[in-house]
Amino acid sequence: MAFIDLSKNEIQAKIVYYGPGRGGKTTNLLYVHESMSKQVCGKMVTIDTKGDRTLFFDFLPLNIGKVMHMTIRIQLYTVPGQVMYNATRKLVLRGVDGIVFVADSLKVQKNKNIESLQNLVENLSDEGLSVGQVPLVLQYNKRDLMESNIPLLPVAELESDLNEGLNVPFFEASAANGDGVYETLREISKRTVKSVIRKVGGQITC
Amino acid sequence: MSLILTKNDIGKLEEIISDQLLDSGAEHVVLTDLSGNLILERGSLEMEDIFSLAAVSAANFAATAEIARLIGEEDFALLYHKGGRRNVHFSRLAKDYLIITLFNDNVSLGLIRLKLGSAINEMSAVFGERKGAGPWRS
Repeated sequence: MAFIDLSKNEIQAKIVYYGPGRGGKTTNLLYVHESMSKQVCGKMVTIDTKGDRTLFFDFLPLNIGKVMHMTIRIQLYTVPGQVMYNATRKLVLRGVDGIVFVADSLKVQKNKNIESLQNLVENLSDEGLSVGQVPLVLQYNKRDLMESNIPLLPVAELESDLNEGLNVPFFEASAANGDGVYETLREISKRTVKSVIRKVGGQITC
Repeated sequence: MSLILTKNDIGKLEEIISDQLLDSGAEHVVLTDLSGNLILERGSLEMEDIFSLAAVSAANFAATAEIARLIGEEDFALLYHKGGRRNVHFSRLAKDYLIITLFNDNVSLGLIRLKLGSAINEMSAVFGERKGAGPWRS
């Protein structure tokens, strides 16, 4: 649920990074946090287990500038990818305004990607939303592992598995070294802000 | 779903927070929605990580609502954490909002709870007006 504060001319929106466990959702946020100026990006909060796997969520607030005289604040969240944490994923999805689905390009993760996307569709449905109603961008992460001769899913196969019915923008990425991270963030931010402005439309002028 | 508050709405909410809670000794009051968006904050503390506080508080509240359901309750209307120097009280406001009140040991929990009761009634009226006024949700 976006919040629009007309006393400060500010829009706050929530973007959630979704996807299978160990896919690189937290790494995306860490890269943004480490590479952005502290004036733009706030403190990153991580609630994880001792094994560094996200237990509840990661959170990173960003101030991304102005659109139509409104300051845009984006709150980035990740969800825990492991199957057993579905209740937590549902909590984090509450009030979502935009989603990045981070797919793992490892060949062995093919089914996990498909299951996670299906899980996203089901959880959105429980919130009364369809996947077509929420801005969505796909990120095919870990593409750099191709150089290490680790078997990866070709992009065409990832597209066929995940994006055939959706036809949303996708980005090849390597979150660990930052490739594709900002391209993904830029696209989802643009789509999310457009969607929020379209929904509230003329009401912002009051 | 989006929430839009005008300058006038924010002014009314700030006035209620000042009159009911800050004047009674609360150090800082933060109003958020249950998605973790910060709506407003008032008080004497320098809160650098206010957006993180809003996000984690909303998540904390949502997580305890799951505990409530496990024991047969719909949710808990309030939460209280006692610290060494500072305490924090969370109250749900209407269905979708959360009031986070920070206070020290110079103020009793009972007074904070009493004042929060009045504040919630007055704030609910402000949110209720917005609900009927049009630019409230989409």
